[in-house]
Amino acid sequence: MSAADVALELDCRGMLCPLPVIHLGRRVGEVAVGEVLAVVATDVAARTDVPAWCRMRGQEYVGEDTATDGSPRYLVRRSS
Amino acid sequence: MTSASGTAAPGGPATRGYLDAASSEPLHPAARETLLAALDQGYADPRRRHRSARSARLLLDNAREVVADCLGVRPDEVTFTSSGTDAVHRGLLGLRAGRARHGDAVVHSAVEHSAVVHAAAWAPGDRVTVEVDRSGRVSPAAVAQAATAPGVAVAAVQAANHEVGTVQPVGEVAAALAGTGVPLFVDACAAVGRLPLPHGWDAAAASAHKWGGPAGVGVLLVRKGARWRNPFPGDDRVDERTTGFENVPAALAAAAALQAVVAEREGVGRRQAALVDRIRAAAAAVPDTEVVGDPVDRLPHLVTFSCLYVDGEALVDGLDRRGFGVASGSACTASTLEPSHVLAAMGVLTHGNVRVSLTWDTTEAEVAGFLAALPEVVADIRAEVGL
Repeated sequence: MSAADVALELDCRGMLCPLPVIHLGRRVGEVAVGEVLAVVATDVAARTDVPAWCRMRGQEYVGEDTATDGSPRYLVRRSS
Repeated sequence: MTSASGTAAPGGPATRGYLDAASSEPLHPAARETLLAALDQGYADPRRRHRSARSARLLLDNAREVVADCLGVRPDEVTFTSSGTDAVHRGLLGLRAGRARHGDAVVHSAVEHSAVVHAAAWAPGDRVTVEVDRSGRVSPAAVAQAATAPGVAVAAVQAANHEVGTVQPVGEVAAALAGTGVPLFVDACAAVGRLPLPHGWDAAAASAHKWGGPAGVGVLLVRKGARWRNPFPGDDRVDERTTGFENVPAALAAAAALQAVVAEREGVGRRQAALVDRIRAAAAAVPDTEVVGDPVDRLPHLVTFSCLYVDGEALVDGLDRRGFGVASGSACTASTLEPSHVLAAMGVLTHGNVRVSLTWDTTEAEVAGFLAALPEVVADIRAEVGL
């Protein structure tokens, strides 16, 4: 997914769980329904917890790619 | 000794609020009584020829026969080890060594206990992980498929999962492996004493302190006729499958505890399962909380759930301040920064995780107290982060 398709990117580098998901929960409302929000997180728990958050909150998990510096980036489409 | 046993007796105030039996069950009263008596009679070297030695040997053989009877196996299939972990290492790696001519790879489910994972990683050769479904259950066909690859020495599937309670289809895995020549190792540490031992294994392992026996006693089972080779240096003890001086009093106490819990299993299990059903329903009613593991085909005494936006360490500490001791698979509560590989393999939330496991005598009042505290502790932690 190109940078242009991501409406908002959250920098959660260096944060430990559950902080990346807390940021995701707080800021998902800042993008419109249908838009994609990205979470850049170095904590390995985010790889499981971002998709789990999507399932529990009825949002769509798009997948994982990498940020410009190579950090894992998790993509979420706001669906409600 | 008398006063110490009086204050710490199971069922006494010391264990109230302790909801971490899956980490270690408090010593069963039957084990305490047996242990104290055996300390005075089982001190000698069971390999010597004198009277004290014969007494120790008699106690050790008695312990072996009782454990064999409780598990439905032959006494010569039972070995006492120095821990459940030691039994896992010897069981898994011994079957692997017995298949050295065929290969050195180990196949195991993605939700095995770390003792299995560490043993498989320690051994030279490939380690193949078989994925599980959302409930934590492995597919017998997937295990068989992985096991039929060239160079596979042994497959490992647990009896039931130690973190989420899901029972594994061990009998079906064994049936699927039949004809492949690949032996099956079953880590039964979480299940023994709680559920009947499944069939179809070539070697299996159990741990006494998980059923109310003393710590420092593991049980290795090796099926008669299985190709098992000692993967470690040998010794000249009573039992060639293990090493070191036998802890005769502890083995006998472990056997006494197992006999007691197996005799009480039906009633205790039914009561625990009903209490766990209540916890599952109440936890699921806490907002943004997911109860994980199979709701029906599970260990009777154990339930795990995860609360969104909650720090696992804060949750464990908050519940501890309210008088409840629970475990957690969240990374921040572990010794490493890695979250539970079990929860990750299931694809369920790894943060805000709590595992509640009931002792044989956990009361309805304790569960009610825990369920009253839980939503308040969760709400307090969420309020601090503004969610």
